[in-house]
Amino acid sequence: MPWSREDLAARAARELADGFYVNLGIGIPTLVANYIAPGMTVVLQSENGMLGMGPFPYEGDEDADLINAGKQTVTELPMSSYFSSADSFAMVRGGHIDLSVLGAMEVSESGDLANWMVPGKVVKGMGGAMDLVAGVKRVVVVMEHNSKDGAPKFKSKCELPLTGANVVDLLITDLAVFERASRREPFRLIEIAPGISRQELREKTPAHYLE
Amino acid sequence: MPENPGSSVLPHGKVYPDAVSALRDILKDGMTLMAGGFGACGVPENLIAAIRELGVRNLTFVSNNAGLDQFGLGVLLQTRQIRKMISSYVGENKEFERQYLAGELELEFNPQGTLAERIRAGGAGIYGFYTRTGAGTLVAEGKETRVVDGETYVFEKGLVADISLVKAWKGDTEGNLIYRKTARNFNPPMATAGRVTVAEVEELVEVGALDPDQIHTPGIYVKRIVAGKNYQRLIEKRTVRPRAGSKDALVA
Repeated sequence: MPWSREDLAARAARELADGFYVNLGIGIPTLVANYIAPGMTVVLQSENGMLGMGPFPYEGDEDADLINAGKQTVTELPMSSYFSSADSFAMVRGGHIDLSVLGAMEVSESGDLANWMVPGKVVKGMGGAMDLVAGVKRVVVVMEHNSKDGAPKFKSKCELPLTGANVVDLLITDLAVFERASRREPFRLIEIAPGISRQELREKTPAHYLE
Repeated sequence: MPENPGSSVLPHGKVYPDAVSALRDILKDGMTLMAGGFGACGVPENLIAAIRELGVRNLTFVSNNAGLDQFGLGVLLQTRQIRKMISSYVGENKEFERQYLAGELELEFNPQGTLAERIRAGGAGIYGFYTRTGAGTLVAEGKETRVVDGETYVFEKGLVADISLVKAWKGDTEGNLIYRKTARNFNPPMATAGRVTVAEVEELVEVGALDPDQIHTPGIYVKRIVAGKNYQRLIEKRTVRPRAGSKDALVA
C-alpha cells in the first residue's frame, strides 16, 4: 500500500536533527512541522524573513504583519527573529540552513529537480525555490511517485524546466525512499512502501537507481 | 510641488503632508520603480494609491509579487499603468494573468533571493555578482556563467530604481525607519536602491522618539516620508488553530 501524505511528512521529519535550521516548502513539506520529535529543537526558517516560525495563531490572534512564505498567518516564538529578504537569502545561499524539504513535479536520476514551471501553462514564478536548492546543505524532496495521470516522476532526465541541476540528496515518494551519499553518486533504494514489490517499483521508475 | 506655495501642505524637510504630494513632482511616465512587500504584507498602499491618482503610465515595477486584484500593485494593473514587472512569484492575480497572456504586460522572473540580492547590490554600489542560484536552468540563459572550483555560477546585475516605495511601521522626520515583523521583507534593501526613496509609515514621530539602536533603515536612504492612513491589514491566507478545549482541536 502506498504511503499517505502524512506518512511522507513523518518520514521526512526523520531527517531532522536536534539544533537544525530548516526551511519547509508548501504542501506536504509544511506538514513535516507536525512530526518534529518531542524534545527536539528545530528552528523553522520562513524565507520572507523569519527564523523561529511558530504554529498558526489562535482564532482572533492573527496578525497581518506576521505571515510565512506561503502567506499563511503564523506566530512567533521566544527565540524568533525577523530580517529582510536580502538577509534571508544570504542565510539560504550561504549554506546556513541545514535542510530543506520541497515538493517536486519531476526528479532525475542525477538529482535534477523540476518544480516551478510547466510549458504551455500559466507560470506563477519560482519564488525562493531556486535559491533554496542552490544553497541549503541537504535537499529532501517529497512527492507522489506517479503523477495523477500515472506518468512516472522519478525519471532518467527531467523534461520540465529545472529548478536546480544536481541538487536532490534524498527522495521520498509514496512508494519508496531513495538516497545518495553524495552529489557525485547515484540514488540507492533504501526503503519501500508495504506491499510494493521491487519489481513493481522498477516498472514504475524510469530513473536508474541502485538496490 | 503644491500649487499654492503659501498653503499648509508644503513639505517640511523630508516630511510630506500626503502620498500624492510626495510623488507629484518626481513621478514620470516610463520610470522604473521598486515597491516593498511580500504578498499583502508590508506593501506601500498609500503611495501605490497616489500613483493611481497621478495617472502616470508605462511603469516598470520591481516587486516580489504583483499584488492581488484589488490590492497592492494589482490596482495599477487594473488601470494599465504598469508595462513591465520584475518579480519572483505572481500567483494570486487574475488581471495580471490576463494581461500577460494577452501580451500586454512584460514579465521578468527572478529567483526570490537573486531579486533581493540584485536590489541589495544596486543600493550598495555593487555592479553585479556571481551566484549558484539558477545555474543550469532557464534563469541562466543569455547570462554569463563562470565555473569556480567545479561549481557553476551565474552573473546577475544589481538593480536600481528611479523611485523606491517602502512601507515601515514607525519612522521619524529624519527618515529613520523601523519595520514590524515579516512586513520588513523587501523594504530595507529597496530603501537603499532608489535614486529617490519615499517611505510611508503607520506612525510618524519626531526625531529622538525612536531608539537609534533599533533603527532598521537609517534616514540617509529616505528622501521623503509620509504618514500613511487607512491601512487595510489584509490577510491573504487566514490560518488559525482552535483554542484548546474547543471541539475540533486539530492543528492543520
